[in-house]
Amino acid sequence: MDGREQKPEKVIEVRDLVAHYGERKILNGVSMDVYAGEIMVIIGGSGSGKSTLLRHVMALEHGTSGTVKILGRDPAALDAKEALDLRKKIGVAFQGGALFSSMTVGENIMLPLYEHTVLDRTTMEIMARLKLEVVGLAGFEDLMPAELSGGMVKRAAFARAIIMDPKILFCDEPSAGLDPVIAAALDDLLLRMREAMGMTIVVVTHELESAFSIADRITVLDQGRILLTGTTEELRETKIERIQNLLQRRTEEEIVDPEEYLERLMGERSGERARL
Amino acid sequence: MPSSDTRNPLTRFTERMGRTVVAGVEEVGYCGVLVAQSLFWLVAGPRLKQPVRVDSVFVQMMEVGVRAVPIIALLGGAIGVMLAIQGVHTLRIFGAESRVVIGIALSVTREFAPLITGILVAGRSGSALAARLGIMTINQEVDALTVMGINPVRFLVVPALIALMVMVPALTFFSGLVGLFAAGLYVGADLGISMAAYVDQTIEILSTDDVMHGMGKSLIFAALIAVIGVANGASVTGGAEGVGRATTRAVVQAITAIVLTDMIFAFVVTR
Repeated sequence: MDGREQKPEKVIEVRDLVAHYGERKILNGVSMDVYAGEIMVIIGGSGSGKSTLLRHVMALEHGTSGTVKILGRDPAALDAKEALDLRKKIGVAFQGGALFSSMTVGENIMLPLYEHTVLDRTTMEIMARLKLEVVGLAGFEDLMPAELSGGMVKRAAFARAIIMDPKILFCDEPSAGLDPVIAAALDDLLLRMREAMGMTIVVVTHELESAFSIADRITVLDQGRILLTGTTEELRETKIERIQNLLQRRTEEEIVDPEEYLERLMGERSGERARL
Repeated sequence: MPSSDTRNPLTRFTERMGRTVVAGVEEVGYCGVLVAQSLFWLVAGPRLKQPVRVDSVFVQMMEVGVRAVPIIALLGGAIGVMLAIQGVHTLRIFGAESRVVIGIALSVTREFAPLITGILVAGRSGSALAARLGIMTINQEVDALTVMGINPVRFLVVPALIALMVMVPALTFFSGLVGLFAAGLYVGADLGISMAAYVDQTIEILSTDDVMHGMGKSLIFAALIAVIGVANGASVTGGAEGVGRATTRAVVQAITAIVLTDMIFAFVVTR
């Protein structure tokens, strides 16, 4: 809270973002700010639009309306060279790691260096080993991704994401599919990386425990809208029922119109129209 | 839009037809964009300090070309012998067996070598390309490239495209040679023509034009295989099943495109 008064610079600025997948509206007027040096966690249930929001702030997709600014620049309005400069300043650790299966772990991590710098091979190897050291995978650079366990793949993905020393690090579901101990270790790793490199980290997750342990601020996304953005305390004290339900892991009673329910069971038009 | 239950079958049929056509046009457009982007990266890549990597081109050439040599040799040889058998059989009706060399030389060089090579490479490398890109798309590896600032077209598509456009004509030439040689062996055994005489005759019959006809076609086939493989792979959705579907579609579409293009090419160039 106390750091917030001096308003550090905004590294990500999302305003009234609307996004569609085909005809379906996924994001419905989302606005969000992420400040330099903070860990922002975006949580929400499946289908809440959190992955879509992440894809937009990583500039993989551009919304139907609204604006996204990353480090003060709108990725949709950049030419190839400017976009490349922006890309070099962000790192992404994908959910499944997204390591290239035809390359060794070391080659995977060196790839951005190889493509964007003129360093010689030895220097690149040293840098890759340095990052592997950071994520606790020292000595694994010659293995193929298929030879790694799930947790190790994610660590390697972190190493690749931070090889260019990005200003912003995006993590998609860092602890999904991992056992609690390894998941906690990854959370620690995120905190340590922020400490060490001072980067801004945006994490998308549905693991509440991990969200609360790493977040400076949390954004709760639900059905394409932001319910709340605030610190963990603010989140715990909120009166918004859907958030409390989410925190208490209560399932919600869905209020249904009997006629609509009947129609749905009969497989009648309403569903089909909704899909169109 | 009228409510769906009031539409009659004809309307629905027309609508479905329309959708299919639009989807088809979209796909062709996408292929065109792919080719344009590939050319862009090939030409502008070095200036943007993002060249197409020569080593990945060689890796692809090895995979697409060199590893296909044995099977191409087998098929080329079989086609040559098959043509020789049929040619001798047909010409025997007129008692003109010795003229078989003309038929073999022209049909292998102009038609069978490029066609067989094209179909084989479509089945071998077109499918592999679609599967590789499909899996990379699903695993978010393509997204990973994009966020790293590595253009996927430059990194994945251009090497495969170049490799195919070099190796398919090379394989075509090779399969033509093997086919002609194998046919020569058969003709020699069957009709008692010596290999030297056969080779002499073949060289006399074949003009540069005939060779270029085959080569030109194979160059187009190579581009078709690459673009169709990539387009199908990149559009994969729906997990492992989606990859399977894309792979099958890539092969079927590529072979169809090759045969149709072959016909059109022959029509335009020969007449």
